[in-house]
Amino acid sequence: MNKKWLSIPYALWSLIFSIIPIIIITIYSFCKRSPYGKIIYEFTLDNYKQFLEPIYLNVLWRSILLAAISTTACLVIGYPMAMIISKTSIKKRNVLIMLFVVPLWTNFLLRTYAWMVLLRDQGAINQFLIYLGIIKEPLQLLYNPGAVVMGMVYNFLPFMVLPIYSVLSKMDNSLVEAAQDLGATSGEVFRKVIFPLSMPGVVSGLIMVFMPAVSTFVISDLLGGGQTVLLGNLIQNQFLVARNWQFGSAISMIMMVLILIAIRISSKYQDEEGGGLW
Amino acid sequence: MQDYIIELRGITKSFGDKEVLGHIDLSIKPKEFITLLGPSGCGKTTTLRIIGGFEQSTKGDLYFEGERINEVPPFKRQINTVFQRYALFPHINVFENIAFGLKIKKMEEFLIEEKVKEMLKLVNLVGFEKRKINSLSGGQQQRIAIARALVNEPRVLLLDEPLGALDLKLRKEMQIELKKIQQRVGITFIYVTHDQEEALTMSDRVIVMSEGEIQQIGNPEDIYNEPVNRFVADFIGEGNIVDGIMVKDFEVKIEEQLFTCVDKGFEENELIEVLVRPEDIDIVKEEEGMLKGNVRSVVFKGVHYEMEIKDDNGFVWMVHSTDMAKKGERVGLFIEPDAIHIMKKVG
Repeated sequence: MNKKWLSIPYALWSLIFSIIPIIIITIYSFCKRSPYGKIIYEFTLDNYKQFLEPIYLNVLWRSILLAAISTTACLVIGYPMAMIISKTSIKKRNVLIMLFVVPLWTNFLLRTYAWMVLLRDQGAINQFLIYLGIIKEPLQLLYNPGAVVMGMVYNFLPFMVLPIYSVLSKMDNSLVEAAQDLGATSGEVFRKVIFPLSMPGVVSGLIMVFMPAVSTFVISDLLGGGQTVLLGNLIQNQFLVARNWQFGSAISMIMMVLILIAIRISSKYQDEEGGGLW
Repeated sequence: MQDYIIELRGITKSFGDKEVLGHIDLSIKPKEFITLLGPSGCGKTTTLRIIGGFEQSTKGDLYFEGERINEVPPFKRQINTVFQRYALFPHINVFENIAFGLKIKKMEEFLIEEKVKEMLKLVNLVGFEKRKINSLSGGQQQRIAIARALVNEPRVLLLDEPLGALDLKLRKEMQIELKKIQQRVGITFIYVTHDQEEALTMSDRVIVMSEGEIQQIGNPEDIYNEPVNRFVADFIGEGNIVDGIMVKDFEVKIEEQLFTCVDKGFEENELIEVLVRPEDIDIVKEEEGMLKGNVRSVVFKGVHYEMEIKDDNGFVWMVHSTDMAKKGERVGLFIEPDAIHIMKKVG
């Protein structure tokens, strides 16, 4: 039997749920809007022009900034974690990976709500600090950009750790020994051999974290309390509240282009070794 | 000046409960090409890794020019290693690979360039500077690995089965080349292999190991001609090993026949083992033979015939000879005194 047939379910799936919606959004983004929000099929660039207003550019900038901060934080926390996991014995390794994966089994919303409980004025963290006498008044931990970054790092950290771990655990230990043999101290071994060789994993991790971070609206909604509007919130508002599907589609297109650019840039570091997730 | 560049004294190594090296004593002279030979799992690679600093011995001392270096980390030892799978860095080109050690020592750029060029010349790969590691053949990678180690001008070079991944023809060429390189740079090579022919071809001295113990140390001729026990005789080359009784000096009884030999110093009527190499047995007419038997099989091997001859006591002799006997024929076997090697019986 021809193996091509096996790809039909997937092709159908992606046609119905990815390709057609993208085409529809693309069309909408170039359409005019009637006063009541109906789609008028006439070509216009107004939706994109609207995005160039400072208020929206600000949202774009804030989204990129927060996503970049979260991604960097994930790398800084995640790399050492991945390294520790890849160096432990196989038995312990599985336990450590489980610790990472188990939270992913809990509902994403639930996990984020849990952070609200921890961070609010009467939350565990504030209560504990007051109990210790370090602070008198509860700190404003929730509903600010910091809380949003916190939520992103917490939710997306596994996507940084796992690809880096997968590259590190496959790395030939004799390369490390060869570097030591040639006179490299452990710092030099890391800088000149381990880190450069783990780049495919690092790049995978960066994309895997940056993409959801730049497009999230749940985290910024719950932990940012509507104070921190990101691209995702903007799109959500345009579709569900403002009923401006044309503008919402235009923002979606802009975000998609943004992500494609990020992938394009990072893929340059990828083609060599192949590791990572794709 | 020390007599020995590297000395192992009572080196023992255990992984958990499992002892992989039991009390290794070994002294290696400067400029020597020394080979650790043995089957896989005999502890030869572990010994090498202890010398390189990648493993710590459980007990015993390791000396480099008379100085104890047990705790010295690998990057501080004047020893470099050529790894089994080469372990070249895939993310940098040939030049950067060879220059790796020199750059770490912060040597000046023009000196580095000069030395790398010199090394590429030594290993016959001039003009390969910009090549990617993945674009090189196994043999070329092998040479780069050697160049990368030698450019640091180590006092001792460790080689862990460096030719294991190459095909037979290339392996033979590289054996000769390695030996040449060693003579040209004039440093100590410690070589690990399970290939007895490789060991005999290249080494000044061979150390035969088995199950974490040294069985015999000697030059290739001694190891081949005078193996000390059954293990060495069996591992090095092919041989007929048969039980015997040392009746008295220069006289041994094999298969109920008395033979003259060149060995002495055994007890009277001591039970021993006798090694006779297949090429040392002559096939003669039945009535002229010291032993008589039937030809069981004849296989043409190119240079010689390989024959199995069952003597009248039931022992099957392997004989390599350019004279062919026919299968089923009755023949005599003739063995010269100096072809009989007496070994202590073990176990």
